[in-house]
Amino acid sequence: MNDECRLLSVSSILGYGFPESSLALGLKRKPHFMGVDGGSTDPGAYYLGSGECLNSRKAMKRDLRLMLLGGVSANIPVVIGTCGGAGAEPHLQAVAELAREIAREENLKFRMALIHSDQDRSKVGAWLNEGRISALRNVPPLTAATVERSTRIVGMMGAEPFMQALDGGAQVVLAARASDAASWAACAMSRGMPPAPSWYAGKMLECGTASATPKGHDCLIATVRPDHLEVEPVNPARRCTPLSVATHGLHENQSPTIHEEPGGLLDATDCEFIAVSDRAVRVSGMQWRTRDYDIKLEGAEFIGFRAITICGTRDPILISQIDSYLQTVRDDVQARASGFGVSPEKYHVVFHVYGKDGVMGAAEPVKHIASHELGIVVEVVAPDAEDAKAVLAIARVVIPKVDFPGRLCKSGNMAFPFSPSDISVGPTYRFSIFHVVKPDSPYSMFPIDYVEVH
Amino acid sequence: MAKLSEIAKVCKSKNAGPFEVTIDVMFDSREMYDKVLKSGVLCEQLFATLYNVDVKDVLFTPYPAAFAFKGTIPRRISSGDLGDTDVYGAQQHAPMLDVEIPL
Repeated sequence: MNDECRLLSVSSILGYGFPESSLALGLKRKPHFMGVDGGSTDPGAYYLGSGECLNSRKAMKRDLRLMLLGGVSANIPVVIGTCGGAGAEPHLQAVAELAREIAREENLKFRMALIHSDQDRSKVGAWLNEGRISALRNVPPLTAATVERSTRIVGMMGAEPFMQALDGGAQVVLAARASDAASWAACAMSRGMPPAPSWYAGKMLECGTASATPKGHDCLIATVRPDHLEVEPVNPARRCTPLSVATHGLHENQSPTIHEEPGGLLDATDCEFIAVSDRAVRVSGMQWRTRDYDIKLEGAEFIGFRAITICGTRDPILISQIDSYLQTVRDDVQARASGFGVSPEKYHVVFHVYGKDGVMGAAEPVKHIASHELGIVVEVVAPDAEDAKAVLAIARVVIPKVDFPGRLCKSGNMAFPFSPSDISVGPTYRFSIFHVVKPDSPYSMFPIDYVEVH
Repeated sequence: MAKLSEIAKVCKSKNAGPFEVTIDVMFDSREMYDKVLKSGVLCEQLFATLYNVDVKDVLFTPYPAAFAFKGTIPRRISSGDLGDTDVYGAQQHAPMLDVEIPL
């Protein structure tokens, strides 16, 4: 059995960047694996729904080139999870294409594994019928209609498919949607480390140097040993402290101590954080509790094309009656849109009123505003793009012209900062599925292809 | 009495997945963390009241390792859905700032 496994994470997401000098220093530590997380649900369902990548091709290619140049010649496997932002097939293929381009340009040869995670609607529907799907906390139960309406569905893989790809001799592993920590846990476990410190290391590595101070997009090295791990930022300008590492446990999750992963729970309740130098921290005491294997499903549903306009008012008489004024605007828009054949069930209008409750919406506790000006984003969403544009255009005509009690600003209620003022945003999506399914096996939903790249 | 805005080191919110928002309040020292813990003011019910959600849907975790408290609440509208105002959930912390802690 190996005595330790060294893992180098280059950044928090492929395409966010990292200093080249950090990568060079990190490689001197002779990591057994190098990688980066590729995505998140955080930027919303658009990326899963549309198949667009979160980061630009140029930024991803820059990061990937440095990783492949550093990893392939030194025989360090390069492992990337949730490729392209949302980790669906178009995202995986986009990153795979970049890898092939870089191989051609740099004369690199490697065996590459592509792990897929798209799930057929018909299969998901069958799992639902078989009672294998359940909702996560605070998510409505799944229905067959929701599955049918979903544009694209992915499963979030655990560590096992990565371990299989590494066993299959892959020097570069590109995975579609994966648990953020899974790629790292897989690397450490493939060298014989137990799940508890391996998964905990993954939690640290998936976010680059978010567990260091100062935070930033930079390289982090974790050394996993049988009963603990040590984390250290590579860049001498940063350091990990027991507090900075413990704080990372709070990052973007429900609980700082209980982390649900495919096949188990990582329990960090009894973790100890000890400084082993002024820049490195040892974490011990985490536990891994195995449980029934389940896989999270993520689905995105098309909700319509969005068109917006931005305007603002500086009129105190209007501001004092903003709610009734906007109701008048809404009614007038509805009447005029019906007049050109777009009935109210064909679109949604939302007024985002900044200076009032634009940030918190209905949850805003401050009910009496003292703002001297209000900014308004008028949003129209409709399944038909032309309907969205037409309703938004008529709203842009109505909102400056509608009369209200005491109105003095008779030539226009709103200041528009731009011409043209109508902005077509394009298709928009919501998360329709955020549920778990009991799979046949940890591998059954995630087929692997191997490609010899040269 | 002191407001959280006067005694906290960090008070922030962020998505915990698209259907929940998580709010973290951190303090500078174990001493201050212990005082706040002992006051009992930070609890499931406080989050339920401030954000007008059902108390059974709130997950509250004191986290002494980072001198922190975490409260996770359901989103009224899931991230990026129609009518959402905060895709990243990063500006939902303000109601915590005025919470008074007896010290």
